[in-house]
Amino acid sequence: MESLKQKAKELLEAGEIKAVLGYARGTSDTRRPHVAMSALEVDKLVADQACTTNLANLLMKHEIKHLGKLAVVASRPSTLRSLLQLTAEHQVADGAILALVPAEGGVKQLGTAQAFEEHLALVPQKKTEKDQALLDRLKAMPRAERFAFWQKEFSRCMKCYACRNSCPMCYCERCTMDCNRPQWVPVPSHAVGNQEYHLVRAMHLAGRCVECGECGRACPVGIPVHLLTFFAEDSVRAQFGQGGGASATIDNALSTFRPDDKETFIR
Amino acid sequence: MAERYKLTQDALSALFEALAKDGRRILAPTDADGRTELNAVTSPDQVSKQYLQTILSAKETVFPKVERLLSYTTEGGKVDLKDAQPHALPTVLFGVRPCEAGAFKALDAVFNWDSRDKFFNARLEKLAIIGVSCTSADEACFCTSAGGGPGDTQGSDILLTPVQGGYLAEILTPRGEAIQALAPQFFQAGATEDKEAVLAKVEKAFDREALTAKLPGMFENPVWKQQSLRCIGCGACAFVCPTCVCFDIQEEADPKKGERLRLWDSCGFSLFTLHASGHNPREVQSARWRQRIYHKFAYYPERYQQYGCVGCGKCTRACPADMNLKEHLVEAAQAQ
Amino acid sequence: MSEQFEPKITAFVCNWCTYAGADLTGTSRIKYQPNVRVLRVPCTGRIDFMLIMKAFERGADGVMISGCHPNDCHYTSGNYHARRRWMVFRDLMDFMGIDTERVTFSWVSAAEGAKWGALVNEVTDKIRALGPNTEQKQLVGLGVE
Repeated sequence: MESLKQKAKELLEAGEIKAVLGYARGTSDTRRPHVAMSALEVDKLVADQACTTNLANLLMKHEIKHLGKLAVVASRPSTLRSLLQLTAEHQVADGAILALVPAEGGVKQLGTAQAFEEHLALVPQKKTEKDQALLDRLKAMPRAERFAFWQKEFSRCMKCYACRNSCPMCYCERCTMDCNRPQWVPVPSHAVGNQEYHLVRAMHLAGRCVECGECGRACPVGIPVHLLTFFAEDSVRAQFGQGGGASATIDNALSTFRPDDKETFIR
Repeated sequence: MAERYKLTQDALSALFEALAKDGRRILAPTDADGRTELNAVTSPDQVSKQYLQTILSAKETVFPKVERLLSYTTEGGKVDLKDAQPHALPTVLFGVRPCEAGAFKALDAVFNWDSRDKFFNARLEKLAIIGVSCTSADEACFCTSAGGGPGDTQGSDILLTPVQGGYLAEILTPRGEAIQALAPQFFQAGATEDKEAVLAKVEKAFDREALTAKLPGMFENPVWKQQSLRCIGCGACAFVCPTCVCFDIQEEADPKKGERLRLWDSCGFSLFTLHASGHNPREVQSARWRQRIYHKFAYYPERYQQYGCVGCGKCTRACPADMNLKEHLVEAAQAQ
Repeated sequence: MSEQFEPKITAFVCNWCTYAGADLTGTSRIKYQPNVRVLRVPCTGRIDFMLIMKAFERGADGVMISGCHPNDCHYTSGNYHARRRWMVFRDLMDFMGIDTERVTFSWVSAAEGAKWGALVNEVTDKIRALGPNTEQKQLVGLGVE
């Protein structure tokens, strides 16, 4: 933690960056995103196991982008995967953002997509046991039961859009949910509106989801929405051999095709 | 001071039965996969044993997240318009905290401001509140800074305070008396337990009247931008808030039929103030965050002579970015 | 005894192949069941997956999606892109518990009038056997106080 603060101060003093996006202590001993632009603010930085938010989401926010060159604390590998995916989607220029990775006995400074990729090769991506168990349970259910499961979960949805707004890949200036001339997806959080919203969200993230699980964590009513994008990602990986957040140079699976793509259901 | 009665746990079960017999549904905090939710119950056993608050507020009982205002069908150029009838069931809200019980007043201020909202009133008229005092609080709570307190009686028809062997009951309104009259034998008069002793300790964090006086002069203060840098612009805070009253109207129609719906909206959304011209008077999140604070602590007192925040802390608990309202209000109160 | 259930089936077909193929079915005087409402779109690449959901929302019991065979797209690659999307969307629908049996994807060229007629008959019979799409129909209006 001290070496992170040290590094952040050096970079700020040298003028290499304008701000560090990291974590600070939050309510009831949680961790919250924290923007440090001065030595005083750097002293509030925290780096530990409780830092779970994927900060890459905030990098897409206007007010943060306009601060100038940024360093982001990448306690979680998913933050680096997000940066790779954002680079592949031309939202972040390669080399534009420094990543500070807290590591044993120091802090690793990564500056390029290539460096992100090399670092990620050392930390294999894995779903949590709890998520994997629920995914497996859902897949094993009879279809009608699965339908009932999701409808029950969605019935709590109030369309606060915390899942969308906490997602680093949901950076669209105007989300399709907000397109109202004409209204494409119903705005109300009734059964039809909720089913369509969650289907669209998952579909729009298929092949782009970095599996940080931020959407599920953000949901105030505890709907496991992240399993929808996790599942879509698994489907893309199984069928097209590529997934979100693996590379800064590969096109999104659903923006491209191969003439020999194999399916089993088209008549 | 209202007379205090003792209500034993067994008497509470009997009271629930009496309420059901009277045709009322009872909504209470229940445990659901680690979350505390407001659900219909028939017995006190179903009520959560250890809860601070429900995630969502009880405002849903009078201001549902989606409700029908009218519907119509068209045939051969003829339009058949139907007013929606509010689906209002006689309801007892059991176990809501004093902060939330007090929040209905803030909703009432808006829904009955110039015209009387028939949907809101139809539901409110059939609602009775049996509040339960707080014996614990968390870092998000700031009721005492928002004009309330862990044992505050405002808003409740009956307020129960957990004491040894049951509850201390304060009958506060005619609606409370009507409930008592359903089963008067269960309310033992002359209770002497010390209410204050069991209440949670919630330190006063700021002076809200001073804050209100100060806000008009700090519209351009950098504090709003600093605080909201991490805000992601979702509507979680507004949707869980017991006093947030903003709604959207949506028309859902096809060529043969349609309906007009009222649904929750949030000033945190960028679309909230977007004009048809494309201009957005609150273009950045800091302006929206400031609006949230100003609406509750400046505009509400100015227009309705009351506050739009009860200090329940639900927004803080629900926020994915940990925007702690109490902490930020203290900062604003201290800002230069 | 109530009347036999007659399903409503919505078909989204591309302008260049399947729509012309369906025309050929007619001009060839091939008889097929009248349960399908055909909606013509420029290309299968234009068929937003949400159109399928919209059809269900508006009361369709089944949906057909059809366009040019691979390598025959009027716009070169619209159907290839569509195919990838369908491959994921179909999985996702199933994961959300939405019945994929009610959605039929096909390639029908402008020369395959007979194939279209036979396919419509087959799909109509299948959906008739499945019955009304009550799962989706019940969602309409649910969650509105």
